[in-house]
Amino acid sequence: MHNRLVAAVFVAGAVVAVASAAQARDQINVVGSSTVYPFATVVAETFGRGSDFKIPKIESTGSGGGMKLFCAGLGTEHPDITNASRRMKSSELEKCRENGVMDVVEIKIGYDGIVIANAKAGAEIQLTLRHLFLALAKQVPEGNQEGGQLVDNPNQLWSDVDPSLPNTAIEVLGPPPTSGTRDAFNELAIEGGCKTFPGLKAIKKEDKNRYKAICRGIREDGAYIEAGENDNLIVQKLAENPNAFGVFGFSFLDQNRDTVKGASIDGVAPEFENIATRAYPVSRPLYFYVKKAHVDVIPGIREYVAAFTSDDAWGDEGYLTDRGLIPLPTDERAQFGDNAVNLTPLESL
Amino acid sequence: MTSAAPTAISSQAAANRLLLRRQRAERRFQLYGILAISAAVGFLIVFLANIVSRGYMGFVQTEVQLTVNFDEELIEAGSYRKILRTSLAERFPDAGSSRAERRALTGMVSAGTVFVLRETIAADPAIVGTVQDVWVLASDPVDQFYKGRIDAALPEGERPISDASLARIAALEEAGRIALRFNRSFFSRGDSRNPEEAGILGAIVGSALALLVTLAVSFPVGVMTAVYLEAFAPRNRITRLIEININNLAAVPSIVFGLLGLAVFLNVFGLPRSAPVSGGLVLSLMTLPTIIISSRAAIRAVPPSFAEAAIGLGASRVQAIFHHVLPVAAPGTLTGAIIGMAQALGETAPLLMMGMVAFVAEVPGGFTDPSTVLPAQVYLWADSPERGFAEKTAAAIIVLLGFLLVMNGLAVYLRRKFEKQW
Repeated sequence: MHNRLVAAVFVAGAVVAVASAAQARDQINVVGSSTVYPFATVVAETFGRGSDFKIPKIESTGSGGGMKLFCAGLGTEHPDITNASRRMKSSELEKCRENGVMDVVEIKIGYDGIVIANAKAGAEIQLTLRHLFLALAKQVPEGNQEGGQLVDNPNQLWSDVDPSLPNTAIEVLGPPPTSGTRDAFNELAIEGGCKTFPGLKAIKKEDKNRYKAICRGIREDGAYIEAGENDNLIVQKLAENPNAFGVFGFSFLDQNRDTVKGASIDGVAPEFENIATRAYPVSRPLYFYVKKAHVDVIPGIREYVAAFTSDDAWGDEGYLTDRGLIPLPTDERAQFGDNAVNLTPLESL
Repeated sequence: MTSAAPTAISSQAAANRLLLRRQRAERRFQLYGILAISAAVGFLIVFLANIVSRGYMGFVQTEVQLTVNFDEELIEAGSYRKILRTSLAERFPDAGSSRAERRALTGMVSAGTVFVLRETIAADPAIVGTVQDVWVLASDPVDQFYKGRIDAALPEGERPISDASLARIAALEEAGRIALRFNRSFFSRGDSRNPEEAGILGAIVGSALALLVTLAVSFPVGVMTAVYLEAFAPRNRITRLIEININNLAAVPSIVFGLLGLAVFLNVFGLPRSAPVSGGLVLSLMTLPTIIISSRAAIRAVPPSFAEAAIGLGASRVQAIFHHVLPVAAPGTLTGAIIGMAQALGETAPLLMMGMVAFVAEVPGGFTDPSTVLPAQVYLWADSPERGFAEKTAAAIIVLLGFLLVMNGLAVYLRRKFEKQW
């Protein structure tokens, strides 16, 4: 008796498992960047609730993880769209094509600013990219001067970097290397500061790998603290420690203006308008990529893309700007809006 | 002591000293124990107090009462947004008609209100053409302010709510048209990107479905394995090897099971991604060792005389095990299974690989529907920029802890109920 009951339960489980294997899909599957996730999910919800289509499922896998899943092949078991906080790499497009994903439509949706912020009670400071490089790079020229020998970063106080900065220890909380925000910060802020030294910039032509190691390497002696992927946590820690600075996305600054304030970089404050006009130097484009072969096979992809690129969503006053997305300039918006309507695939990268 | 033979008195004194020292040592040891327990209890209290103080507000939500004119023409044209705008403009005639002003006004109520109006009409078509007082959810900034989480004393640019909105909230309060009400949608809806609308039901159902699969697979397999290894298997190198491997499996980090599940269940068997069936299978791999080990211990604890007596009276080995040994071992087996399930309920790492850390707004209706689970929902909300998600995160943790408490309580109850004295 017991035997039979147990066997029946087990068989039932197995049947459920097998029956599900062959099933058509009527819901859009999206994967990709955790930076685009807050925007894509808002579009998905608005799109799904306002139409007869199901609300798309959106996984937060990171840009790289998303590309891997997206390029794995065609068919309902593979995602239809991937979000990315950087442009697709040519190696990734090749991988896609090897696996039969020939036509990929690229749509740039807007910009995301990366801010350096500290507690409201903390010092008001004016940073430059050069300051950031000197404070956070692994190796800096000796004496912080052009032409100095490269040495392990000796700067312990902000005032070591530049006398105009406060006399407090350098303590910066930021994302770990697995994060797309960190990649962008390294590339835009640290490398941006590195390039202000002509001697270091010249290395790029001689030895690209060495240049990358110098200009994108972040110090590991405790001045830069990897505080995890959770930006809310960084904001909380800043509120408790007025001497610390944090690196995170603009939307988190926007939501927490009562506890933290953003430092201006190269004289430009991290404000919505400044990021939109590209005057603020540390901002990066956000994208999503559509698998053209899935359009009209999985219902709703065309409509979802249209919803994302409608003026209501990504326009200058669209609902995505309320969530902290910085809209594209008008000409770029027209170009990618065309892409979205005609689903023009990428030729090459 | 220098003398070779100590006197009786001094040896008595020495013994007394020794006794005192031993008693002191014992008191010290007890004190350490009490300190350890109070530290543990203290941490628990701090943790619970922290979560509850952050989360209890997540169970209530600010709502605003609007007078809505369900105009037939507008409904037929599908302009629900216009219906909402008109009703807001009537409530606040001071607001200008510029685009920015209109946006600020719509920003008072939840972004989902338009859909709620549509759903209300779909549920009760009779209200078309009438004017009704409707309670709708306030937007996140209004809600956070009304709950006292935003300091109105700060200058306008530094808080997420404008002076105009503050004045409107005061006006609503005067008219009795704003109130904190029990947050029904938290328990009746799936995820949403509007914190005021986000619900936990989708994650609860997802967790329940995944755990059902886990139980259906790992309990029978685990108990059968334990019975075979304890009662039937010959003692040789192969069974010893299996035993060692099972014990090692119990210590394998859970993410490894996720990778295995991704390779086997998704890529080879082609099971759907993000579905409770695939997540449940991975969790069952993870809980199997726990169930096997505890079931074996429970079976071993049954005195051998039970089985021997049954066999002596003519029962077969299978009858002896299933009729006499297993029922006595049931409390231990069930406890092991429930502890394993509770572990599985709190697991996120392997499910990340199975695609269950995802935005799923619709409540899953079956084993193959995309879904998320409770701990994954906590993780996703904790990472959201909108202010309201902080209390939603804590509220979701309270719900998760509640489920764990119920499961552990069930384990205790079953153990008490089936425990037999002999």
